[in-house]
Amino acid sequence: MRRVYLYARFQRFWHWMQAIIILGLLFTGLEVHGLFIGINYEDACNLHNALAFGLLGFILLAFFWYITTGDFRQYLTEGNLLEKIMLQVRYYMIGIFKNEPHPFKKNEISRLNPLQRITYLLLTLIGLPMQIVVGFIYYYFNELVAFGMPSSWLAPIAWLHTLLAYLLIGFVVMHVYMTTTGHTLTSNIKAMITGWEEVEE
Amino acid sequence: MKLPLIGRFVPVMLSSMLLCTPVSAVEFHRHLDSLSLSTADHTKFKQLQKDFKSGPEVTRACLECHTEAARQVHRTKHWTWEVPMKDGKLLGKRHVVNNFCISVDGNEPRCTSCHVGYDWKDKSFDFTSQEHVDCLVCHDGTATYKKLPPGAGHPAYKDTKVEGKNWPKVDLGHVARNIKNPDRHNCGQCHFEGGGADAVKHGDLDNSMVHPSESLDVHMASGPGQLNMTCIDCHKTTGHQVPGSRYTPHASDAHGFDYPLPDDFPATCSSCHGLEPHRKNKKLNDHIARIACQTCHIPTIARERATKMWWDWSTAGRKDKDGREITRKDSTGLPVYVTKKGDFRWAKNVAPEYRWFNGNMNQITFMTTIDDRKVVQINHPDGKCEDNTSRIWPFKVHRGKQPYDTETKRFVKPKLFGPKGSGAYWSDFDWGKSIEVGMKNAGMPYSGKYGFVETEMYWPINHMVAPKEQALACSECHSRHGRLEQLCGIYLPGRDANPVVEIIGLIVVAGSVLGVSAHGAIRYFTNRNKGKGGHQ
Repeated sequence: MRRVYLYARFQRFWHWMQAIIILGLLFTGLEVHGLFIGINYEDACNLHNALAFGLLGFILLAFFWYITTGDFRQYLTEGNLLEKIMLQVRYYMIGIFKNEPHPFKKNEISRLNPLQRITYLLLTLIGLPMQIVVGFIYYYFNELVAFGMPSSWLAPIAWLHTLLAYLLIGFVVMHVYMTTTGHTLTSNIKAMITGWEEVEE
Repeated sequence: MKLPLIGRFVPVMLSSMLLCTPVSAVEFHRHLDSLSLSTADHTKFKQLQKDFKSGPEVTRACLECHTEAARQVHRTKHWTWEVPMKDGKLLGKRHVVNNFCISVDGNEPRCTSCHVGYDWKDKSFDFTSQEHVDCLVCHDGTATYKKLPPGAGHPAYKDTKVEGKNWPKVDLGHVARNIKNPDRHNCGQCHFEGGGADAVKHGDLDNSMVHPSESLDVHMASGPGQLNMTCIDCHKTTGHQVPGSRYTPHASDAHGFDYPLPDDFPATCSSCHGLEPHRKNKKLNDHIARIACQTCHIPTIARERATKMWWDWSTAGRKDKDGREITRKDSTGLPVYVTKKGDFRWAKNVAPEYRWFNGNMNQITFMTTIDDRKVVQINHPDGKCEDNTSRIWPFKVHRGKQPYDTETKRFVKPKLFGPKGSGAYWSDFDWGKSIEVGMKNAGMPYSGKYGFVETEMYWPINHMVAPKEQALACSECHSRHGRLEQLCGIYLPGRDANPVVEIIGLIVVAGSVLGVSAHGAIRYFTNRNKGKGGHQ
């Protein structure tokens, strides 16, 4: 058993701010979608729009941080990525029930397993940007129509925004569950709070 | 194209830096006294220092100075009751079908108590007569000038009793010496009492608007420090032509502010409020292209007095066992059954109905062949979502049943008002006779067979603008089962959803929750069997 410092202060701050913002966006977004009455429609709508600007800001900040610190390398992989991912998937499907050790060891220079790398990369480079872009098209719809966008796009844009939101809920559920698959049930969450994680030798 | 971010944030930043709050609208509407309003004091005019015997006599005195006034009035629909439309239809009060008192023809002395003239008793009325223009009804500054209900436009020249109500003699000289630009009570004499009594017709115009509270009408509220606007502040009249007509409404004013360059539609909201009226919440300005201001800012109509929602002529004519006419009233004193008129339904604080509206009203006339198998729309707003000039507008929809010719499938003009034996329904209570006499008077064919058909009539809502705090909340429309539940053609967040997206969403959310639960459960049991909590 060994304690390693996995998450820098900025990363932890960014992670939790993004978590709060995304949960806020999901909550207000679902209210605006009419699934329940939480705060009230107008406040939910305004909060949703403000949080969207916040999310955009944090994502840009994170890109800046990852690029300038070089930490983006954590997301790069060498060798056969698919094979490595399948190893990790096999662990979650079979190995975890047999108390097998994690196929990839965490350490300071490699804190993400291949499945995490690809998931977070897809989320950060494709999923969230797409949702943000669609959301901003939705928000600036009138301006874009004035620029020549067909006004009949409103419904498809809204549907796409809703669909991506549902997919994001799926991610959040699985992501939260995955935190329990570390060394102990809470070691991953503790690491994201303190930065330090106990890992297998 | 403006820069949205800069346009939105910079002014807010600047104004918060300078700590300036927007100037209250009251600042722009300063109190005016008589001297600031007019160069002439009519109490000093020699022509007016007398007791006038009749309305036309007053008008002759007016015309001595205002030589062209009557000829100006002759050009207005207030005088002609006739509005030629672009599609060739002849509308205006004289010609339209309505589902209140049905038709003016043949009932003139009663209906024409709201004409800006004297003596329109029948078809022989001379529309070129200058002395028959009624100046006082619009310009009375004393609020004592009233036209007698069945007086063909004349006021009471001696103390008179009509239907149990006293109409005291009007002091015409006093009124003539105290004339003013029209105020709310002048316009209201007819426009608040359309349909025969207070609050019957429009729903957004009734006598509570003479001195409205701020919550009833934020513009016309007459209390201290309130705007105290009159009808003609928006219906800016030049040459006696009053703009803003429901025959030619302006459903969408893309011109915006009327300053410095006015358009021909001064009565629209955006003439004063511009095209981006919401300062704090920009998203609200995005609504303007498709939603009329009135839709949100007039949350309900008939807020202080109930308006008529249903008038069923087919039940008229019932009498009690002694053969006397019946009047049944509800607990608030409003008539719900009158022998002369049939059944009524009234409602207070009514949520309007909403329709796409491009400013054209589809009107039927007495020449239109109707489909009597369903509810006949006497008029209905034209417009649809796909058409970018249409906006969502509020309407009062007045429904009822009225007589029509079952053979020709046209509406008929029953004679309602008249003495016993004239065939008038209100004296003789015989529909067949009254329709026959009415149609004959109008010179129109009638098969002799009549029935009653259900109708509906749309009245665009413009007045009773509430203070902004009372405007509709978003969720009134942005919700399932909201006010716009029935209005199709547009994606409305909070109301609409794509079923495929929702099913995929349900599968994803439920699937992930069930999936991790199952995974967690299996982990729990398999690891328990091995007697260990985590991984080694």
